[in-house]
Amino acid sequence: MDGDINATAPGTTPPDSDPARKRRVHGMLKLYYGLNEEGKTVDQAESMDPCDINGPHFDPEVYLNKLRRECSLGELMDQETCMVKQIRSLDSDMQTLVYENYNKFISATDTIRKMKNDFKKMEDEMDCLSTNMASITDFSARISGTLQDQHAQITKLSGVHTLLRKLQFLFELPARLNKCLELQAYAQAVSSHRRARCVLQQYSHMPSFRGIQDDCHAIMDKLAQELRQKFRDGGSSAKDLSECVELLLQLDEPAEELCDKFLSHAQSRLEADLLGLEAELRPPLSSGPTAVTDPYTGPARRLSVEPTAGSPTGPSSLNNPFLSPSSRTDILEFIDRGCNEFVSSLCLVIASYQELFVNRPQEGELASKNIPQMAIGKLHAFVDALATRYFSLVERRIQEEKSVGDNSLLVRALDRFHRRLQAVAKLLPGSAVPSQGTEIVVRAARERIKQYLAALQSFYLNSLTDVRQALAAPRLGGSSAGGGSHLGGSATGKDAPASLPELLSTLSASILNQIKSVLASVHLFTAKDITFSNKPYFKGEFCSHGVRESLVVNFIMFVCQSSRQFCESAGDRGGSTPPALLLLLSRLCLDYETSTITYILTLTDEQFLVQHHSPVTAVTALCGEAREAAQKLLNHYVKVQGLIISQMLRKSVETRDWVNTIEPRNVRAVMKRVVEDTTSIDVQVGLLYEEGVRKAHSSDSSKRTFSVYSSSRQQTRYAPSYTPSAPMDTNLLSNIHKLFSERVEIFSPVEFNKVSVLTGIIKISLKTFLECVRLRTFGRYGLQQIQVDCHYLQMYLWRFVSDENLVHFLLDEIVGSTAHRCLDPAPMEQSVIEVICERG
Amino acid sequence: MEDDAPVIYGLEFQARALTSQTAESDAIRFLVGTQSLKFDNQIHIIDFDDENNIISKSVLLHQAGEIWHISASPADKAVLSTCYNKNATQLLSIFVATSESRVVTCGAVWRMPPEWESGSHESPDDPHNSHNPQNLELLCHLDNSAHGNASSVLWEPMGDGTRVISLADNHALLWDLTESSTQATISSSATLEGKGQLKFTSGKWSPHHNCTQLATANDTAIRGWDLRTMSQIYCIENAHGQLVRDLDFNPNKQYYLASCGDDCKVKFWDVRNINEPVKSLEEHSHWVWSVRYNHSHDQLVLTGSSDSRVILSNMVSISSEPFGHLVDDDDLSDGEDNNQYDKSKEPLQDSIISTYEEHEDSVYAVEWSSADPWLFASLSYDGRLVINRVPRALKYHILL
Repeated sequence: MDGDINATAPGTTPPDSDPARKRRVHGMLKLYYGLNEEGKTVDQAESMDPCDINGPHFDPEVYLNKLRRECSLGELMDQETCMVKQIRSLDSDMQTLVYENYNKFISATDTIRKMKNDFKKMEDEMDCLSTNMASITDFSARISGTLQDQHAQITKLSGVHTLLRKLQFLFELPARLNKCLELQAYAQAVSSHRRARCVLQQYSHMPSFRGIQDDCHAIMDKLAQELRQKFRDGGSSAKDLSECVELLLQLDEPAEELCDKFLSHAQSRLEADLLGLEAELRPPLSSGPTAVTDPYTGPARRLSVEPTAGSPTGPSSLNNPFLSPSSRTDILEFIDRGCNEFVSSLCLVIASYQELFVNRPQEGELASKNIPQMAIGKLHAFVDALATRYFSLVERRIQEEKSVGDNSLLVRALDRFHRRLQAVAKLLPGSAVPSQGTEIVVRAARERIKQYLAALQSFYLNSLTDVRQALAAPRLGGSSAGGGSHLGGSATGKDAPASLPELLSTLSASILNQIKSVLASVHLFTAKDITFSNKPYFKGEFCSHGVRESLVVNFIMFVCQSSRQFCESAGDRGGSTPPALLLLLSRLCLDYETSTITYILTLTDEQFLVQHHSPVTAVTALCGEAREAAQKLLNHYVKVQGLIISQMLRKSVETRDWVNTIEPRNVRAVMKRVVEDTTSIDVQVGLLYEEGVRKAHSSDSSKRTFSVYSSSRQQTRYAPSYTPSAPMDTNLLSNIHKLFSERVEIFSPVEFNKVSVLTGIIKISLKTFLECVRLRTFGRYGLQQIQVDCHYLQMYLWRFVSDENLVHFLLDEIVGSTAHRCLDPAPMEQSVIEVICERG
Repeated sequence: MEDDAPVIYGLEFQARALTSQTAESDAIRFLVGTQSLKFDNQIHIIDFDDENNIISKSVLLHQAGEIWHISASPADKAVLSTCYNKNATQLLSIFVATSESRVVTCGAVWRMPPEWESGSHESPDDPHNSHNPQNLELLCHLDNSAHGNASSVLWEPMGDGTRVISLADNHALLWDLTESSTQATISSSATLEGKGQLKFTSGKWSPHHNCTQLATANDTAIRGWDLRTMSQIYCIENAHGQLVRDLDFNPNKQYYLASCGDDCKVKFWDVRNINEPVKSLEEHSHWVWSVRYNHSHDQLVLTGSSDSRVILSNMVSISSEPFGHLVDDDDLSDGEDNNQYDKSKEPLQDSIISTYEEHEDSVYAVEWSSADPWLFASLSYDGRLVINRVPRALKYHILL
């Protein structure tokens, strides 16, 4: 606004619209009267200018001089007109203001005059009021003075009335108590008596009161008697009972005695429950048909047992009929009953007991007796004793749970059992019961694992029996069918073991399935919704030690060991195990080594999240075990098969009179038989094992001529021995020959392939042939027969072995030794031998 | 401690009969009988000079035929017995003439000519004997034509050399030798009855029980006989999976017996419990043909096999000295020795001491020396005789 004033002050701009002008005028007036506080300081500097026409220090002389000095005439003229105009407007403003103020002043004067009149009237009225008030006070004082006496009387009367009522209560008490007694409203009676008791006690010196007291005592004694009677009868419910106890406590009965009574009463009822459970445990003397057909579990169990047992004869051997769970309630039902009857009433007892004796608000003399501690001690002893009996019953029942079929039932039962014990734990924090219960569960789980292991083992043995039977059945048929002709041999070989790979795959698949199903069953123990699965045992030891070691690893070990036993026992009893089974088991073990063990263990570890706290059997160790077993089985297979062939050769050599034999016309039948058997073994092994590598051999191995040594070489080899002049040269050639050929390990371990197996068998057979030949003496034709036989073997056997030189070497040895043992060593012409052999 | 290298001696002929000269307790001497169908068979008397590691031999002719079994009299070092096939040349002549013949194995008792020791010593390097070897002097035939082929002749152990047993097919014949062994009469006999062609493969006369027991092997069974009644006293059926090849009695434990056979196993039996062997070894890779207990330290067991190996085993756990050699306390003067001794007293482990691979053909016979308990010989079919010693370390371990 000051700016505006400054701007307008020189009068350069014409005055604008009215309200703005008016305001400015107000402002200037205000300024003039020094009313504008806010503007004061600000204005000060500028308003010092004497040329400021609005400023307080305005000097008209200076202003005029300044104008005259600075402005031209025109400007001065303008200035002058402007100034005049402004002065006029200011004058008119001033007039308006004066007029307005005058009006206001007049109305104010009128108002003040009117007020003066009104006040005079009011003073009079106030005086009147004060006189009235004084008179009222006076009256009131007089009234209260008159009423004082009556008030005191009323108070006294009401006091007497109360006393009288109390007295009446006292006098009526015996009757009332009696009535309560009649109505069995014991609680009311006791509370009444309690109320009166102190008074009666206090005034007992007065005969009338004493009478009442005596009466009351008599009645209360009777009442207590009745309560105790009720307590003893035990027919009442727990709630009634607790009420009873509460009343008795209030009647100053000794708490300890009450505890005992309460507990003994509870015990009798709980024992009835236990007896009921025990009755179920007792085997039913006659398992009627009604018991057998348990609609809930019957079919389910049958279904689950059968695949476990594998063979149709399984279930009967697994389930002891005497303990057969189908003839009685199953374990879930049993545990349910135990929980619902025993555990829940135990909980009830604990709860009401604690309500009564432990958690009571302690008041008066009761507090000093330290009841809660005594009571808790008693309670613990009581619970422990009963729980022990209960547990022993449960354990007996669990032990009877032998069928490994459906684990879920057992797990659910155990879960329920464990869950219900948690309630006890909550009620009775310090008790050992829950931990004992957990121990039972743990024991049951351990036992279960053992049973599963046994079941797996028997399953395995049963499967083996099945395989054995399957092997035996077609074998008999095959040999009877194909025993006739020479070529039938290979057909027999194909027929009999055709199902070997199938047998192997079904065997290993069924074992694997069984393991999986067992793992699944066992896995139930660690399911999330099972209460005990988060116990440390089930998280750690159960998984790693129980399932992995005791179950899986033990089973694999068992497989290996039982396989190995086949080798040992069979060796002494002379091959009671069919060779095909040995072969099959060896392949099974080898498969275990290469993949199955790793698979099973990985599966186990994954399913059970095994954390290896304690050292566990390494996969490699198990694989080693399996490989060892496989090796042993295969070695044994070679030995057994070699033996069978050896036996034929040995008999053929031992039973013949080689000196007086006739000139050979054909290959002896036993040699054909040897070749046939070897072929069928080849087929059999080929079904399960890979071909394997053999050393490169000449394409015409079968045509290799024996004449090389039997005519020419033999001459050089053995001729020196006929001349006594050089006896030391006798064996020189053969020794040199041996120097360059490797030592032949006869019963050496074989590799896991067909060629190696066949090589082993042929080695054993030919070595036997050699040793037998050395024990005999031959005539000329004997030697020739051996020549023919060896050539025949040569023709057919080379193809089976890894290194044909081995066959050559052994056959050379045989013929050589025969020549040695010959009285008249005249070898047959190679061409003749060939003709005979071709002819078959 | 370097062990001496084995000493090898080569025979011209194939051979499978070996025995030590039982009555000789000073010189280390082995007798080997050869098998040849074409030539005169020989008995090589192998003397071993332990100190110089030298072999010397003398040869006696055994013209009767090839020798399958040989055994020496325990009383007279010059007397020995053989089982032999009738001379091949004779056989051949019969064969040619009649075109019908049988190979017959007979038993006979022989005496070595007294001069053999003086004259015929020679070095084994010598290619051939310069002068004709002397013949054995026949004392008597153990005429068994009625009983079949003789497989072995057994002398009464530690006897006076007047009683022998010959095993012929399925008969065990006890002979009394009279008139300085020139007369042999059967005093009693036992016959194996049963199905099939039963045949004794080998036998052993027990040195225990006053020499009244005999053990025989036929097929897979081992049988014990009481010589007083000539009746069977025990029978281990299926002692081996296959043929039983040889037997030997533990010289120090009267009920212990070792056997070996075609199942590559060596088994040790307590004849009081014939259901299970006490111990079973399976070290050889082919038939085991011979098993021998050391005569004085019965933990040392020697086996020979047709895998061309000889294996020396230390069967301490079932020996008569399971805790080592027991020494009297008097022998130990100071405490330190005592402590050391205690350490070695821990039960020792059964183990293979050594496998000898000097042979290149099947080894059919092994034999301990009767003079030096630490020395043994083995004979392979190609006529190679190898003399070996127990490793010194073991020897001292046993002795000390």
